Amino acid sequence: MAARLEIVSPEGLRVDGRRPAEVRRVLTRTGVLSQADGSAYIEQGNTKCLAAVYGPREPVKRAGVLHDRATINVEYNVSSFSSGERRAKLRRDRKLLEIGLMIKQTFETVVATTSFPRSEIDIYLQILQTDGGAVHTAINAATLALIDAGIPMTDYVCACSAGFVNDQAILDLNFLEESADVPTLTVALLPKSGKISMLGLESRLHIDKLEPVIALASDGCMQMKDTLDEAIRISTRNLAKTVLH
Amino acid sequence: MSKDVPPSINEKAFLLSALISRQRLDSRSPHDIRTTRILLGPQPGHAEVRLGKTRVTANVSCEIVRPRANAPTEGALLFTTDFSPMASPAFGDGPGGGGGSGGDEILIARVLERALRGSRAVDTEGLCIVAGEKVWQIKVDVRVIDHEGNIVDCACIAAVAALMHFKRPDVTVLGEDVTIHSTSERNPIPLTLHHVPICVTFAFFNQGMLQVVDPNLLEEQCAEGDMTFVVNRHGDVCTLSKAGGVAVEAGQVIHCARIAAAKAEEVTDMIKAALEKAAVKEPKVAIV
Repeated sequence: MAARLEIVSPEGLRVDGRRPAEVRRVLTRTGVLSQADGSAYIEQGNTKCLAAVYGPREPVKRAGVLHDRATINVEYNVSSFSSGERRAKLRRDRKLLEIGLMIKQTFETVVATTSFPRSEIDIYLQILQTDGGAVHTAINAATLALIDAGIPMTDYVCACSAGFVNDQAILDLNFLEESADVPTLTVALLPKSGKISMLGLESRLHIDKLEPVIALASDGCMQMKDTLDEAIRISTRNLAKTVLH
Repeated sequence: MSKDVPPSINEKAFLLSALISRQRLDSRSPHDIRTTRILLGPQPGHAEVRLGKTRVTANVSCEIVRPRANAPTEGALLFTTDFSPMASPAFGDGPGGGGGSGGDEILIARVLERALRGSRAVDTEGLCIVAGEKVWQIKVDVRVIDHEGNIVDCACIAAVAALMHFKRPDVTVLGEDVTIHSTSERNPIPLTLHHVPICVTFAFFNQGMLQVVDPNLLEEQCAEGDMTFVVNRHGDVCTLSKAGGVAVEAGQVIHCARIAAAKAEEVTDMIKAALEKAAVKEPKVAIV
C-alpha cells in the first residue's frame, strides 16, 4: 500500500467513490438457515456476515444457568479465508473472545432475558469476508437474527463505524481506510432512545474530534435502523403471505 | 464476576440512594479516584500500584529475540496478565490466568494491550539491535494481588509506571558482533515512551443517568455498565471501550472523556513524582 494513501480526495470522494458521510451498500436476508431458530445474512459493502440464533432453549451446560433470566452466549468467528491473506484460525484468540463478549453484553441489556429464566440463547456469528467494519456488521446481523428468531427485544441494536481523517469525519470505513491508520470508532446504538450501548475505539483520536465522530457514527446507525427495519418488514410480509394463502 | 457472591438487594439500594444524593459509600465525590500509591523498584521495571485496596504489580523484563519477518526493525512488546485466585473468589484458578472463568479477565487484558501496544506508547523501533536479526523483546507481567474493584485502571498505571522505570542493558554493535554490557559496566538505558496512556474507568448507575469514576468492588457489582477511556495528557483518546451494558447519551460520553482527560493528567503527575522519588533512591552503579 502507498505510504500516504489519499483517504478523501480534494473532490471530496473516498477510495471507493463514496462521499465522507455515506454508508456502503447494504444487503440483508433473514431466515437463511434451516436448523437455526433465527438466522440472517448481511453484506455491508464487501463485508459479509452470517448469524444464527438458537434459543431460548435448555442450557447445554448446567453451569451457565441463571435462575432469574436467560444467559446469552455469543460466538464470534472470523473465517480463515475472509481476508486477503489466509490466516490459520486461532482457537481461543483473545481478540475474537473480546469482541464476542462485547456483543454479548450489548445484547444482554436489549433482549428481554428475564422472560426466559433458566434458559440460554446462543448467537453464532461468522464473518465470511472482511472489508472493514466486521464488528458492526456482526452486530447488525445478530440483531436481524434475534428478531428472526422471535426473541423479544426492547429495541433494535444498530451499529456503524466512523473515522476521522483530513479534518473531517468519515462514515462506515472499508478495509483500506481502516488499515491506513485512520482512528475508527465503532458505535452500537439503540435507535428508539438514541442512546449508545457499545463503543470501541482502537487508535488515537483527539478528544475534540470525539464529538463529530460519535455524531456521524450515530447518524450511520440511524440509517442502518431503517435498512434493518425494512428487511424485517419484508420478511414478515412474506411470512404473512405464506400463512394466509 | 461469575463466582462472586452478589451484593444483597439492601446493599444495592443503599448504594444507589447514596449515589442519587451524590454521595459515595467511601466518602469520595463521584469524580474522585481513590488514594493512589505507586511503589517503584528496587529492581528497574518493578512497580506496585495500590488504588485504594486494589493492588497490582507489574514487572518488566527483556530478552533478545529474532524479529518477525514482516517487521524486521521492530522490537516486541508482550503482555501477560495473571489474575490469581488469591485476589478474588471471582477469578478461576485455571492455568494461563487471562483465560480463566469470567469474561472480565479477557476484557481487562485486552484493554491493557490496546492501551499500551495499540496506541504505540512504547517506541518499538528503538528496540532494534540488528535489523532482521536481533531485537529486544519487552515483557510486561501484570499480576493482580488484591481485587477491590477497578483492576483495569490500577493495572494500567502499574504497567505504565513499570515501563517508565525499566532500563534495558546497553548494547554495542560492531559489524556482526553484538556486545551486551552488564549494568555494572555501563549505565542501562530507559525505554522511550512516546506518550503516557492512562486508563480511566466509569461506572454507570440509575439507567445510565449517574456515573462515577474509579468504581470500587461494590460499585462495580451494582453498576449497570461501565466504560473505559485510555487518555494521555495531550488529550488524545487512545482507546475507548464500552462493552455493552446500559446505554448512555452521546453527550455523556463526551462529558466523561473530558473528566478522563483531567484525571489522566493527575495520574501522570503522580507517576512522574514516583519516578523522581525512585531515581533519588537508586544507587548509581556505573561510572559515567
